Amino acid sequence: MIISILDYGSGNIKSVSKAVERAALNLGKSAQVQVIADVKKIKLSDKIILPGQGSFKQCANTLFKTTGAIDELNEFVIQKKKYIFGICVGMQLFSDYGYEDGGYKGLGWIKGEVKKINITDLKLKLPHMGWNEIKIKNDHGLFKNLSNDKHFYFVHSYHFVTSTQINVAASTLYQDEITAAVIKDNIFGTQFHPEKSQTNGIKILENFINW
Amino acid sequence: MLKKRIIPCLDVKNGRVVKGINFVNLVDAGDPVEQASIYNKSGADEICFLDITASNENRDTLLDTVKKTAECCFVPLTVGGGVRTVQDIRNLLLAGADKVSINTAAIKNPDLIKESALKFGSQCIVVAIDAKKTGDNKWTVFTHGGRESANLDVLEFAKLAQSSGAGEILLTSMDKDGTKSGYDIELTKTISENLTIPVIASGGVGTLEHIKDGIVLGGASAVLAASIFHFGKYSIKEVKEYLKSQSVSVRI
Repeated sequence: MIISILDYGSGNIKSVSKAVERAALNLGKSAQVQVIADVKKIKLSDKIILPGQGSFKQCANTLFKTTGAIDELNEFVIQKKKYIFGICVGMQLFSDYGYEDGGYKGLGWIKGEVKKINITDLKLKLPHMGWNEIKIKNDHGLFKNLSNDKHFYFVHSYHFVTSTQINVAASTLYQDEITAAVIKDNIFGTQFHPEKSQTNGIKILENFINW
Repeated sequence: MLKKRIIPCLDVKNGRVVKGINFVNLVDAGDPVEQASIYNKSGADEICFLDITASNENRDTLLDTVKKTAECCFVPLTVGGGVRTVQDIRNLLLAGADKVSINTAAIKNPDLIKESALKFGSQCIVVAIDAKKTGDNKWTVFTHGGRESANLDVLEFAKLAQSSGAGEILLTSMDKDGTKSGYDIELTKTISENLTIPVIASGGVGTLEHIKDGIVLGGASAVLAASIFHFGKYSIKEVKEYLKSQSVSVRI
C-alpha cells in the first residue's frame, strides 16, 4: 500500500509522515509512506493525507495554484472514490469556502464554510490550543480502539461549520460544540492533529491505514 | 473542555541536556532525545527544548536533536534559544519542531513576529518574554537571559506580540526563576487577563501548589517547569493527579 502525504508547501509535514510510519509499523503492515510534491504521483497512491498549517487562504491559494493539483485530487477523491485524510487546514479545505485572511474558496467536497470560532466567554483564549476531548458522532471504524478519555491536540482559531450535521464525525466543546472531525463517504478529516495526539492520534492513523 | 497543559522544559547545550531528568534508569543522562521520550511516555502535554548553546556553529547539533526527537515523540515540541531570523525558524520547523519560541530577536525587531507568523502561521510562533518587576504592578522586559533591560513594559510588549501574530506567550518571571517560591502570580494574571492568546507561566515553580496557583490564580493556559521534573521531585503523573484533585482539568 502506498500512502502519500501531499507536500504543497504547507508547514511541517515531517511529523505527519513519522506518525504514519509509526502507525504502519504498529500494524505490521508494509505500507510505503511517502511525501510527494509532484501531484502526478497522487494517482499512483492508494491513500492520500492532506496536511495544512497556517491560514486557510494561504493553504488554499497555494494548492489551487499548484498546476494539476485540483484535477488530480478531484480524480482521486471524487471519481475514483479513494480514501483521503485531511488534517487541520487540510480538512478545512474540503469545505466550500474559508473566511480566514480575507477568504478563499475550498475544494467543495463537503458542504459548509470555515468561520472564526465565536468566543464570548472572556476566559477562553483563541487559538483554541491544547488537548480537548472529542465526542464521537459517527461510530465509524476510524475511531476504533481509542482510549476512554479521547483527548486530542488542537490548535486553530477557525472551525468547519458544515451545512449538515451528517458530515460531523466528531465534535469538541469550546464554549460551543465545534467540529472536530468530518466524514463523507471516502473523505475523512480532523481538526485536531493526530500526529501530535500521542497514542490516540496514532490509533486513528492506524484505522485510516486499515480503512 | 480544554485541558491545562503541563510542559516540561529541557535546557540543551551543544546537543546535550545540561539541566535534565535525574532518573536512575536513564542510560545516558545527557541525551535530550531519551529524556524527551520519557516525558512523551509519561503524559507531558508538550515538550520544550531551550537551546543555550552559545555559538552558532553548533546549531546543526540542535537541528539533529530536534529531528531525532520528532521521530519518537508524538506530542507538540517547542524549541527556543538563539532564534534570530525567519530562516532559523524555518530550519527548526523543517527539523520537526512544531513551535518556535523567539525572545531577544522579537524584542529587538517585532516585525520578525509578524513576518514569521504570516509565513508559518501563528500556531507555531511563541514569543518568550523575560519579565522583571520594576514597580507596583509594573514589569519590564529583559533580554540576554535577564541581564539587559529592553526598557519596554511587559504588558505593552505582550500586546504588541499578540497583534503581530504570536500564537502564545511564554512568560518567565526573572525575579522568581530558580527560587522555587512559586510563579509570579500578579504578573501572570495581569498579562493573561489582558490578552486573548494563551499565556504559559514560567519561572519559580517548586511545589505542586505553585502549579495550581499559576493556573487557578494566575489564569495561565499552560505551565512550564524544569527543575521539579528534572530532579525527580515530582512526576508528570503526580502533578496531574494533584491538579485533578484540585478540580483543575488536565489530560490524564
